[in-house]
Amino acid sequence: MAGSLFDKIWAAHEVADGLLYIDLHLVHEVTSPQAFESLRLAGREVRRPDRTLATADHNVPTDGSTAAAQIRDRLSRVQVETLERNCDEFGIPAYSIGSARQGIVHVIGPELGVTQPGMTIVCGDSHTSTHGAFGALAFGIGTSEVEHVLATQTLQQRKPRSMRIRYDGELRYGVSAKDLILGTLGRIGVDGGVGHVIEYAGPPIERLSMEGRMTICNMTIEGGGRAGMIAPDDTTFEWVEGREAAPDPLPLDEWRELRSDERASFDKEVEIDASDVSPQVTWGTTPGMVTDVTAAVPEPRGEGDERALEYMALEPGTPMQEIRLDRVFIGSCTNSRIGDLREAAEVVRGRRVASSVDAMVVPGSQQVKAQAEAEGLDEVFRAAGFDWRSAGCSMCLGMNPDIAAPGERVASTSNRNFEGRQGRGARSHLVSPRMAAAAAVEGHFVDIREWE
Amino acid sequence: MRAVGVIEGGVSVLDRADVDTDQIIPKQFLKRVERTGFGEFLFYDWAKQPGWELQRNPILATGRNFGCGSSREHAPWALEDYGFEAIVAPSYADIFYSNCTKIGLLPVVLGEDEVRAVMAAGSARIDLASQEVVWAGGTATFEIDPETKRRLLNGLDDIGVTLQHADAIERYEAERERSGPVTTALA
Repeated sequence: MAGSLFDKIWAAHEVADGLLYIDLHLVHEVTSPQAFESLRLAGREVRRPDRTLATADHNVPTDGSTAAAQIRDRLSRVQVETLERNCDEFGIPAYSIGSARQGIVHVIGPELGVTQPGMTIVCGDSHTSTHGAFGALAFGIGTSEVEHVLATQTLQQRKPRSMRIRYDGELRYGVSAKDLILGTLGRIGVDGGVGHVIEYAGPPIERLSMEGRMTICNMTIEGGGRAGMIAPDDTTFEWVEGREAAPDPLPLDEWRELRSDERASFDKEVEIDASDVSPQVTWGTTPGMVTDVTAAVPEPRGEGDERALEYMALEPGTPMQEIRLDRVFIGSCTNSRIGDLREAAEVVRGRRVASSVDAMVVPGSQQVKAQAEAEGLDEVFRAAGFDWRSAGCSMCLGMNPDIAAPGERVASTSNRNFEGRQGRGARSHLVSPRMAAAAAVEGHFVDIREWE
Repeated sequence: MRAVGVIEGGVSVLDRADVDTDQIIPKQFLKRVERTGFGEFLFYDWAKQPGWELQRNPILATGRNFGCGSSREHAPWALEDYGFEAIVAPSYADIFYSNCTKIGLLPVVLGEDEVRAVMAAGSARIDLASQEVVWAGGTATFEIDPETKRRLLNGLDDIGVTLQHADAIERYEAERERSGPVTTALA
């Protein structure tokens, strides 16, 4: 029977009906403490510490702190220390603050080579969908399920439905993977993928770098998708080869089988012409409330839109390029990898951040930070007036000291523009790294395609 | 997990679509390492807005795609701690739905019109065994995965249920488990 990439990975991991084996379990400090505690109370062990990996990211200050003891916020400190203690007790490798391997969990998994094609990967974090960029089946779980995976290395799971989004045409100059996924969300809506595993396919996807593919799969959850995935190819294999945990040699014969057969069927299919996609900017409080940078704030189409416009303090009809910004944040599991930072650095090289804007760059991991510094990108950003920070989730969700103030307007390369996400009362606009960088220089959004 | 059977009583109304888990329980409350006490922070920012009212009832009726966004189980914990035992909505985000079933907070899916009717009725009776919702002037049935229903009705411990398949897991590991990556080899 002709199968999809998803069908193949699912079948290879079904232990019993509705029970899926998990190849890799990633753990961070926020959604794991209660799971470890329950495990302890029940007298259970972690079944496979060798398939488990932990890091601290959400609570980590990006000021260069090198130990949990340096975290000033007591609750954050306790949470990171609890992770360290739990991992120590249960024998789980942990890269906490101070480790050269520390970083956002969805950045370090691929970077260390533990994320590999064909795997099942879970983490107590919705953006686990990121790892699907490698042709893995990867999705977020809650704390009860974290405990379940720790104890059994399996997950009870009904098979989701399947969906394929096929792109045609090609991305125009200045249009990035971020714009492609934002445009897709605008089209399918924030619940268009609910109950489905989404495979992204077509020539524009095949031409994307691994960073771009990770950005696409990362935001699958913003469309409600259970997981996002992209068939692995030479781009994938070259990226994985030589990484610390990567197999040597790579099992290429096996990995090349990881693709949907010609006649594979999907429960839902969507086709999108990538040539039609312009640089995108969100105007509301869900990632699906998005429009072209050349457009204007739309008329509300219902109460939800009205509430969003009120929260965002925007008037319908205002050109997106006239929206003035207080802050720019380049970072997060969506856009903090070396490729993202190179793109943003090219835009700001030799320029200055507008005097009205507070701009920061937060590399996704210590390794990304070191690489960027080796390339001199930190100097480019600093010379332009950006704050160059240490690795962590930072202002994507404001669980650490990087928080936007009430009423502040932020151009952000992250994934969620929910009310209060980046700070209570803060107003977020999601954009690509290049669009964020250009907006920092001008103090308002600009069409990167025409901007010199 | 406590067993779920019949849930009966008042209905609190939150007539909004795409309510995300950042609203249900904002991030500053995720720093706790305990599982309890989240109810007082439920809808923390919205609760400060004029006109906000969310009564403590057994049932919450709300709009589609409820619980979208983050995977935080703190969201169901907060709803449960506030007093809700069941939610009635046209649809839910996948992770949120799953998280609810893990703690015995029953997520019921009804059609848009039926949810509206439950909101208007102000009280309802939800029977998991018969998969039925009854309110003054109406009744509707809802779908739920049979295995999830069995666990909820019996208040079963998921890990305990899975460990009944311990042999199958061991066999899988012996015969089919893929090689690597061995995370412990990195250290």
